[in-house]
This record gives sequence, C-alpha cells and structure tokens, in this order.
Amino acid sequence: MLMDRYTLVQKIGIYVAIALFLTFILLPFLEMIRTSLSPMSHLFHAPYEIWTSEFSFDAYRTMWLKVPLLGRYILNSMYIASMVTTLTMILVIPAAYAYARLDFPFKQISLGAFLAVNMFAGAVLLIPLYRVMHTLGLLNTYWSMIIPGVAFLIPTGIWLLRGYLEKIPKELEEAAYVDGASRLYTLRRVVLPLAVPGLIVVGVSVFIGAYAQQYLFAITFNQVREYQPLAAGLFEFIGYQSVEWNQMMAAALTGIVPVVVVFLFLQKYLVAGLTAGAVKE
Amino acid sequence: MVEVSLPIPRIARRRDLSEAWFAWILIAPAVVFIGFIVAWPLLETIRLSFTDTSMTSGQWVGLDNYTKMLSSPKFLEIVGRTFFWMVLSVSLKLIVGLIGATLLNAAVPGRALFRMLVMPPWVIPIAIGCFGWLWLYNGQFGFLSGMGQRLGLLSGPFEFLAYRNSAFYSAIVTDVWVGTPLVSLFFLAAMQGVSRDLYEAAWVDGAGRWYRFRRITVPQIMPVIVSMALLSAIWTFNSFDIIYVLTQGGPRGATTTMIIDTYKTAIGNYKFGEGSTRAVAIVVLLGLFSLLYLTLLNRVNKFYGVK
Repeated sequence: MLMDRYTLVQKIGIYVAIALFLTFILLPFLEMIRTSLSPMSHLFHAPYEIWTSEFSFDAYRTMWLKVPLLGRYILNSMYIASMVTTLTMILVIPAAYAYARLDFPFKQISLGAFLAVNMFAGAVLLIPLYRVMHTLGLLNTYWSMIIPGVAFLIPTGIWLLRGYLEKIPKELEEAAYVDGASRLYTLRRVVLPLAVPGLIVVGVSVFIGAYAQQYLFAITFNQVREYQPLAAGLFEFIGYQSVEWNQMMAAALTGIVPVVVVFLFLQKYLVAGLTAGAVKE
Repeated sequence: MVEVSLPIPRIARRRDLSEAWFAWILIAPAVVFIGFIVAWPLLETIRLSFTDTSMTSGQWVGLDNYTKMLSSPKFLEIVGRTFFWMVLSVSLKLIVGLIGATLLNAAVPGRALFRMLVMPPWVIPIAIGCFGWLWLYNGQFGFLSGMGQRLGLLSGPFEFLAYRNSAFYSAIVTDVWVGTPLVSLFFLAAMQGVSRDLYEAAWVDGAGRWYRFRRITVPQIMPVIVSMALLSAIWTFNSFDIIYVLTQGGPRGATTTMIIDTYKTAIGNYKFGEGSTRAVAIVVLLGLFSLLYLTLLNRVNKFYGVK
C-alpha cells in the first residue's frame, strides 16, 4: 500500500527506535546471559568490561553444587504451577461455559464479582489466609502455595475461556440437544472437544501466571526449603560474604526455560487470545 | 402461545435440569473456592482490623488501629508515596507502551520477531526478572554503574539502590519494564482493530503520519488506553515482588508503598490487627480510585462516541 511506504530515513528511524525499545526490554536478559557465562573474577573486576575471552558454561555446572537443592526448586516451581493449572482449569471450564452459553439470574453480577477479585492483591488477604492455612495445618506444605494461586487465576481464566467458547457455533449444541442429549453430555462430548485449542491457550496462560506468582505465597506460607519454588530459592546464592552472581543468573535462566519453551510454541495464539477482549469485532 | 404438537416442545419437556440450575451447578465450584480463599478472608480482614490480634487471638479494640494509623505521619507519607508511585509508573507505562505499540505496528520487515521479543518480561516470573535488575543496579560491578563510568556520566561507582531517591526511581524503572509488554500488546491489538478506511480517507486528503496518529489512532484506541490505565494502576498499586526483591522497602523506607507496609506490619511483625487495618485502607482507597476512574471512563467513552 502506498500509504504504508516509508522513506529510507523514516525506515532507519523506525529501526533505531525499535532497537532502543527492545534494548530496554531485553537488557536484563542479555546481562543475565552474559553474567551466567562469565567467571566471577571477570565480573568482580573494575573497570566494567562487557567482553571477556573467558566465557564458559562453568556456572551452569557449579550452580548445582553451590545450591544442592536447585534442581528441587526448579521442579517445585513446575510442580506447583502444574497443580495450580490443573485445579484452575477444573474450576474454570464449567464456569466459563455457563457464562458463555447459559442464561441465569445474577449472571452479570456474579461475573463482575469474579473479575473484581483481580483488584485484590494476594498481599491484602495474606493475614486471614495465613490463619486459614495455619488452622488447616497447610502451612509449610505445597498446598499453601497451590490453593491461593488457584484463587487468583480463576477470574482471568473464566474471562479468557468464555471468549473462546462464545466463538464456537451454537448450532452444534442445539443439534445435540434436539437429538435428546443431556446438558452435561452436550458439554462433555460436543463443546469440550471443539474447545481444545482454546483450552490449550487458556491453560498455557494460566500456567505462565501460576509460574509467575509463586514468590509471595512461598515466602509467606512456606519455610520448608525442600518445598520452595525457584524464585524464593534464588536467594540462597546470596551468601554472607559475596553473591555468586554468575551462578545465580545461570540458575534463573535455567529455571525459566519451561515457561519460555511453552511460550515460544504458543506465542502467536497467546497474544491473540489475551488481547481478544481489547478489540470488539 | 398456541399449543402445537410439534416434536420439539415435547423433547424440551423431558427430565433435564433447567438452564438456571445447570448454570449454577457449573459455576458453584469456582464460587465456593473464591468464597473460601478471597471473599471470606476479605471479611475476616475487616473484622481483624478492629482487633489487636497477633499470633494469639486478640481483643476487640474498636477504632484504635484506625486512629493510630491515620494519626501516624509515617503512614500518610506512605499513602502519598504509593499514589506518586502509581501515577508516575502508570504514566510511563502508558507512554512507553504507546510508543512501543506504534513501533510494533509499523509495516517494516521483521515485525513479527519484534513483537515476540517484547514479551519476555511478561512471561517470566516477576521475582526472577527482578534478580536481573538487582544485578544491573549493583554499584561496584553492575552494568549501569559500569557503563555510566565508562561513558563519563558517573565519576565513580554508584549504588542505585542505596540512596532514597535513586532507589525509588530505580524501582519505578523496573516496574515500568515489567508492565510495558502487556500494555504495548493491548495497544497494538487495538491499533490493528482500527478501520483502515479511516486512514486511507485521511491519507487521500493529504494528512501526514503524525496527524493521522493524533487524530485517528489515539481517539480510536482511547477506550483501550483508558481501561488499560485502570488495570495497570491496580496492578502497580498492588505491586509487591518488584519492591520486595529490589529493596524490601528500603533504604530507610524510601520504597515502602502501602502493600509493602501492610506486609511488613502483618507478616514481618506479626501485628495481624494493625496489618489488617492497612489492608482495609488499601481496599478502600483502591475502590474509591476505581469508582472515580470509572466515572471518568464513562465520560471519555461518551466524548469519543463509544456506547
């Protein structure tokens, strides 16, 4: 399109601006990667130098020795996120279907109430939650990190999945209904199979959210080192004398591999799904 | 209605749950869960705010916690700081996000890749990204201090998180970094939803890029900007991980926002009663702010002719 054509100067300007913007966004990651590959002697050397001839993957080997539980922390993060995702989806799928398809009293009010949950940060509710966990004997267990995590992901999950379910043609359900299928049967055998792509996207979004939000619940409800997720475990690289920055960054980068992989596979759908609400067709 | 003996009404009369009952059964598990983990604790927070509860259960003290909190100059300072934190950070997120979205929307080769590269701060756990910033801000060996000295901007090592002002603005930069990707993506999606006919008509009439941006893009996506601003404000107000990893509220309280103050009072010092009072203050202030904002949103939407 002629309208979209840029002059050479404009093009250069756009690329320079994009480069600056992406530098801001990616700088911490680039520095984390560089640090994870540098020996400590280079990092603790003044003046600051970006390049060294001694780049190596040593930190990725020694980090497991420095913090013996590191592997456990990463697995804990994945385990907690997976459990949160599973439980959230079990609760979200039926509810999202109800909001997408059925008509019932208090529909809008209850949906609004769900979304209002987003207004409350976990930190506001920590005090009674702490007491609930204490009473139920769940402090210092995985459940103390899983249960609150689920609660704060349900609203977004319902909202996203509802958008997907609304796009599935209604005629199929009506056909099943006319053929005498019960409501539950229709949901299980007609709607859910058609909703698989949407379920995957919502599931991945929930997983990313569940992976991201563990820190607060972990430092508040859990003191057992063996159960800590990575975000809390990284503090162990901060020693009394000095911080093993290269190992810490190597551990952080290793720990985010699961979410990055999941994200790379599905990023196209994720972006479209998350922003679907922003654009009304 | 006239009774007709067609097959469909007969089937509809068979034994199956009514629509409303079925719907309520479907949402019941989620409602119960949220009720137990969010709604009940919220009510409990309000009750506790009138008591002097600590690890052991406490006494009813009426409004004592509230008078104590409101008469503390330190608390009022924290409230002011929190709103300053929120307004500054959200404004920056919206500006940087708008610039970012415009750049990502430019029809240049490679934009699919650029769009993907914006996402990492949103995808990875905030707390982990903040460890990266912690290292960037390191005074002796960090990138920013090192580069600043190399470029002659700093005369010696500068510990970004050690001084009141620099710690506060450093935390803001990190908060903007965390929030910008999502804001950019929402703006980008909204920009792509703007009808091309508008641009073409303006272009035919000789309108330049900047004019089209100001007079078409911005008004068209204004509803998204306004609702994103509210969401972003709520998240920023509640932002915990960033400050807690970077400074834990320090140095000398310079980065203590209401959420950090609440956490430290309640979980750090086991003053559950006083902590609850602070939590209630957050809910009330955030609620009032949202209400005010939604009123504004309605007006903006009317102004731009959105239903």
